[in-house]
Amino acid sequence: MKLVMAIIKPSKLDAVREALTDLGVQGLTVSEVKGFGRQKGQTEIYRGAEYQIEFVPKIRVDIVIDDPDLDRVIETIRSVANTDKIGDGKIFVLEVSEAMRIRTGETGANAL
Amino acid sequence: MRRVFLHIFLVTPLIPALLWSEIAHAANLNDGNTAWVLTSTALVLFMTLPGLALFYAGLVQSKNVLSVMMHCFSIACLVSVLWLIVGYSFAFGEGNSLFGGLAKVFLSGVSKETLSGDIPETVFFTFQMTFAIITPCLIVGAFPERMKFSAVLIFSGLWLLLVYAPVTHWVWGGGWLSEMGVMDFAGGLVVHATAGASALLLASMLGPRKDFPSGLKPPHNPGLSMIGAAMLWIGWFGFNAGSALAADVSAGMAMLVTHIAAATASLVWMMIEWIKFGKPSLIGIITGMVAGLATITPASGYVGPLGGICIGILGGLLCYWAVGLVKSKLSIDDSLDVFAVHGVGGIAGTLLASVFGATVFGGGGLPEGATIGSQLGIQSIGVVATVLWSLAFTFLIVKLTSAIVGLRVSNDEITQGLDVSTHGESGYNL
Repeated sequence: MKLVMAIIKPSKLDAVREALTDLGVQGLTVSEVKGFGRQKGQTEIYRGAEYQIEFVPKIRVDIVIDDPDLDRVIETIRSVANTDKIGDGKIFVLEVSEAMRIRTGETGANAL
Repeated sequence: MRRVFLHIFLVTPLIPALLWSEIAHAANLNDGNTAWVLTSTALVLFMTLPGLALFYAGLVQSKNVLSVMMHCFSIACLVSVLWLIVGYSFAFGEGNSLFGGLAKVFLSGVSKETLSGDIPETVFFTFQMTFAIITPCLIVGAFPERMKFSAVLIFSGLWLLLVYAPVTHWVWGGGWLSEMGVMDFAGGLVVHATAGASALLLASMLGPRKDFPSGLKPPHNPGLSMIGAAMLWIGWFGFNAGSALAADVSAGMAMLVTHIAAATASLVWMMIEWIKFGKPSLIGIITGMVAGLATITPASGYVGPLGGICIGILGGLLCYWAVGLVKSKLSIDDSLDVFAVHGVGGIAGTLLASVFGATVFGGGGLPEGATIGSQLGIQSIGVVATVLWSLAFTFLIVKLTSAIVGLRVSNDEITQGLDVSTHGESGYNL
């Protein structure tokens, strides 16, 4: 099993969710996060004064999937979340050692 | 039957007698005027609670949102009590041309029946109290996110008695400026110039927020500020049109020009930002609104619609320019721009009243015998005297407050935010 952790633009969340459910992904977890990458921060102007926003709002999508689904999931997220502009985000993939459905006690891929 | 009988024969004859005594007693009381000033009193209190509190709360960081609300609320309570004890007497006692004296301490000599003009003095007292409340609350914008709460209360209380009340006496209480014929319809001098000048000095003595100017965090909730600003706008009808102290033609025109100036200045500020930065912002348009309202305030009962538009344009331009001047050139962290918006607006409006008040510019006319030039001279004396007095006494009060309790909270408390470190509460629990 793999954990796919995608950091994407907030405006792309709906498109990513739709594409992943079309792909058969059974569930995912979303959090509002802030951070910076090559985009660095951004500036906002209030009453003529510039404010440096060092951490830009992003959405983090966490999906745990079975190994064979990995490539399709990554490719789907990349194609949907891509705007060809700096600040589109990143995808990380981590090894997952175990999963359990709390209600039934099922483990492994059955719990996904 | 028996009851009806009793009523007709015993009670009815009393009614004309009662009516007669009411009429005789109220010979000089004007119902319409009283009703309008009662209404205006509620409107002006609404400007502070919650209008100004929300306006300021949205502009600070999320960890200090409760502290500025607490400042506005506690100052409102403190001022109300002080106003009854001595403030009103200092401002509206007979006294001499400089000071109202102690004759009306605790409203002594004022009963339910006492009239001020053709409205009850209790109504006049309360109406004026709402002005006394909002003025030190305006200064809250100079010191958020870093001033000790005890220092806020001591400063505000002393400031009410030593700056606000005397200047009010000069301008509205029969003091020397009113004898000179100064025109300040609703508080360009009394409210905005005093608060603005004092805010600038207090901010510079207190020192800037941590990370001023380059590392500051932006306003945490512009939408909250917009709600507060909209309440200020509505409340300002009571502030300006209520200052006619009558439901009359002056009140009508004051309301009209107040609204037009606010709308015009809002558009001016929005356009400046749109042209300069490419984006018209909500914070920008509501700041323009406050600038327009502050600028029209002293002129509101004197000018016509043309004056309303012109004052709106000039108020928007001048206050926008002043924000940059204070923050960038003078490097004073008057955090929420009290001087740039209220001080500059109030002073500009006080001077402009002499121009747009003249009949040639569609105004209602200057005092008898005055020309634009001569009136401008009187207005200038009013501005200089008000600003100098405000600065001198603010300096003394800040020094005194600093000696008693100190001014600033520690850097750790600033980092934690005043909501938790001073008040033990959080604005947002998620």
